[in-house]
Amino acid sequence: MVNEDKKTLARMINGDLTWNELKPIISGRKDPNRFDAILEILQEKVHWAEKILLPLHEHLYIVSKNGSRIVKCDCGFEFGDYRENWKTKCRVRVRDTYKALEELYPKDMTSDPEWEVLREYFCPGCLALLDTESVPPGYPTIFNFLPDIDMFYEKWLGRKAPDK
Amino acid sequence: MSKTLIGWNGKSLKEMLEESEELIEKTKRYYGIEKLSLKEKDPFRYERAYASLRGALVSARETALHVAASPIVKEIGELCFALYTPEGDSIVVSTGILVHVHTMSEAIKFMVREDYEDDPGINPGDIFLNNDPNCGNVHTTDVQTLIPIYWEKELIGWAGGVTHQIDAGGITPGHDLVSAIQRFDDGIYYTCRKIGSNDRIWKDHMINAKRAVRTPMYWELDEKCRMAGNLMIRDAVLDFIKTEGIDYYKRFMREAIEEGRLIVLERVKERLIPGRYRAASFFDIGFKNEAWQPRAKIDKISNMPIEIVIGEEGGISLTFDGASGSGPNPMNCGKGAMEGGQWVLLTQILIYGDKVNDGAYFAVEKEYPLGTWCNPGDPYLSYQSPWGNLIPAYTGMMKSISYGLFSRGFREEVVPGYGFTGDAIQGGGFYSSGPLKGERWSLSTFEISGQGLGASAVRDGLNWGYAMWNPEADLGDVETWELFQGGIPYLARKIKPNSPGHGKYRGGANYEGIAMIAYSREVDFFGAKEGLCFHGSGGMHGGYPHGTGYRLYAKNTNMKDIIQQQADYPLGDPDPSNGQFEKYLKADITRKPYCSIYPIILENYDLVHFAMSGGPGYGDPLERKLERVKQDLDDGIYTKDIVYNVYGVVAEYNEAKEEWKIDESATKTRQEELKNERREKSLPFEEYWEQERKKITEEKLCEAATRMYSESLLLSDKWAREFRAFWKLPDDFQMEVK
Repeated sequence: MVNEDKKTLARMINGDLTWNELKPIISGRKDPNRFDAILEILQEKVHWAEKILLPLHEHLYIVSKNGSRIVKCDCGFEFGDYRENWKTKCRVRVRDTYKALEELYPKDMTSDPEWEVLREYFCPGCLALLDTESVPPGYPTIFNFLPDIDMFYEKWLGRKAPDK
Repeated sequence: MSKTLIGWNGKSLKEMLEESEELIEKTKRYYGIEKLSLKEKDPFRYERAYASLRGALVSARETALHVAASPIVKEIGELCFALYTPEGDSIVVSTGILVHVHTMSEAIKFMVREDYEDDPGINPGDIFLNNDPNCGNVHTTDVQTLIPIYWEKELIGWAGGVTHQIDAGGITPGHDLVSAIQRFDDGIYYTCRKIGSNDRIWKDHMINAKRAVRTPMYWELDEKCRMAGNLMIRDAVLDFIKTEGIDYYKRFMREAIEEGRLIVLERVKERLIPGRYRAASFFDIGFKNEAWQPRAKIDKISNMPIEIVIGEEGGISLTFDGASGSGPNPMNCGKGAMEGGQWVLLTQILIYGDKVNDGAYFAVEKEYPLGTWCNPGDPYLSYQSPWGNLIPAYTGMMKSISYGLFSRGFREEVVPGYGFTGDAIQGGGFYSSGPLKGERWSLSTFEISGQGLGASAVRDGLNWGYAMWNPEADLGDVETWELFQGGIPYLARKIKPNSPGHGKYRGGANYEGIAMIAYSREVDFFGAKEGLCFHGSGGMHGGYPHGTGYRLYAKNTNMKDIIQQQADYPLGDPDPSNGQFEKYLKADITRKPYCSIYPIILENYDLVHFAMSGGPGYGDPLERKLERVKQDLDDGIYTKDIVYNVYGVVAEYNEAKEEWKIDESATKTRQEELKNERREKSLPFEEYWEQERKKITEEKLCEAATRMYSESLLLSDKWAREFRAFWKLPDDFQMEVK
């Protein structure tokens, strides 16, 4: 069992661990308290006060606010109810021409834009690139992850969610 | 014909299988096992028992592969062995190509359901051969040998081994035949056929098999390899029973599988979050201008939406509802392929450990909708290269599980996906001169076993060192491949610039190769990989998919003169818009934006290019640390123009120091420009939605996309309802290829 200290975990989140430091964390037995340890680090990291219920993304968190559970960016932008796809509150760029695609990839190493486009979803608050979708034109925006927060806390962790 | 029942306690095998399935259905536990009583009573004995069997299987594999002849078996260990219950559930497995552990399970169950016990009989010493994708296989070039294991008069299990062949006698030489469109193109089919008795392979079978394939020596020695491994396993099981007793063995096999199932549930609850996960992957089947056969001249995108629901107990429920249809192409997948793919993915990213068996299979509920590419329901279609759909499809599972791993705090385990196990170049010819004149050589480089892995949430993806589907994450040595495919020696192998998916953490990078036809005649050549669509389900949390494949070759070249004059020749294709082929060669050069091509004929001195895959990226590229970008430039992973456009990094090469230097001030300005560009070139979601919707309502989609949507809309009411609801389309909205 590897019980990483808080400092090590914080360095891992920042991508600062060397391979020799990271390897035992990857291959070792996992710390059952990892979730709480990471949550504590992230809560200290964000500049707003709402309680994080679940880290959802590199920049996004499901937080408790005024009795609701909403998705919030670390920049402070609020995406609304976590049960709705946060991407529907994003700014979106669709790269659907060779010119736009070949800014990112060499010739012949991109999709044919008639077959597949590249969508970029940006946070309206900080313009961080939150997601890309490589999909045929006309494909519905994908709702990647809808967690069952209460089942997680109550049935798996054996305690109420922090907002309950 | 045998009439003696060979099951336990006077039952038939079929009755045993039905009883097992009823118990699972009723109790939701394997064989109704409520308590791991052997483990609880004497855990040391139980663990020793498991380890002894596991060791026997690993030993069988390591020994047997030296009997094999196929280079991909001998060199990279493209084989595996497993021990099964009488009903066909795997108890213990070897190392190796684990995708086949559950495929062989389906083959055994096929024989049980078809009453092989009665006819043709399952007797001690019998040998069965299977390579039918509709009876628990992936494609015909994966060949399975299964033998029953008896204790006194009862069948107590099966030993099974599988190896991958270079050729199975299909429509063209090769192991993933792009041009196969029906069963009759796939090569020789062995549908769970008895091929031997008294531990000896029948002579008439071997004569027939060797005449049915293009590589008879590989076939024969690989059959003997699988048989050798199986006999070692049988001996080990019988020794086990002599030591532990038959009653212990019978109980042990049930408990080991139930423990395997419980391990999955516990691991899911340890690592993930309950809820609903979704991803979608795609693959381009661009055969309108490639196919020889009129009905195969179709452009189409395969739609591979995946939904995973994780419930309270930790069980995984998975569906490919919404998948597009099957068709006249080799990418159709049978159940064995789907189960095998899922099983091998789970064993790598979630339930890796020593207790790996079909408990993992029983912990997952799955739905493969009938009529789709993942369950065609038609044994007469081609199943020769299901990997075209299977490999991208399961990136969606990897990505979905990664969302759970991330939220649970295990960022180091996140992997959004992996590179396509391509470019699988294939074909072959005959030596036209030299000591091997007249002998056939086969092109089947398994460089594809070394692909780029996706980035994680804390580090870059592994370069040229991962293949979900193959046991050795290794490109292999050029010299070794040349030994077996001497008619196409390498001219170069170099890092392929700009192959990784972009991101805060980039995907793994990879290599490209150039090879030349030499001393040969009648050379066929083809390859397979994505090209018009990005691979799989792309990047994660702002990471991008990796670059696509493409096809490049040169015919009627002046390489003979170049060699005589010792002049420069292409060493790669680092910049396809300014190619070395065009710079150095006088030749008929062909570039295609897609990678999967039907076979072409090549002559001596013709050149081919092939590139392995990168991996998808993770996170916003503007957050990548500058020292990492500098390292990428120094290593030739990315080029100056790409890091400027994507990472906003301004850099110049210092000739004297032979390294790149980043201009931090100019980089800061450039990154601000890119941020502004994000605002200027993006739209609020509502406006994007309006624009995107018009592509559907104004019928602006290409044939390939229209065909994909029309099939998915017809094949799934649920998917169609969600599609129409998202775009606010009429309830009867359909699409039609005109």
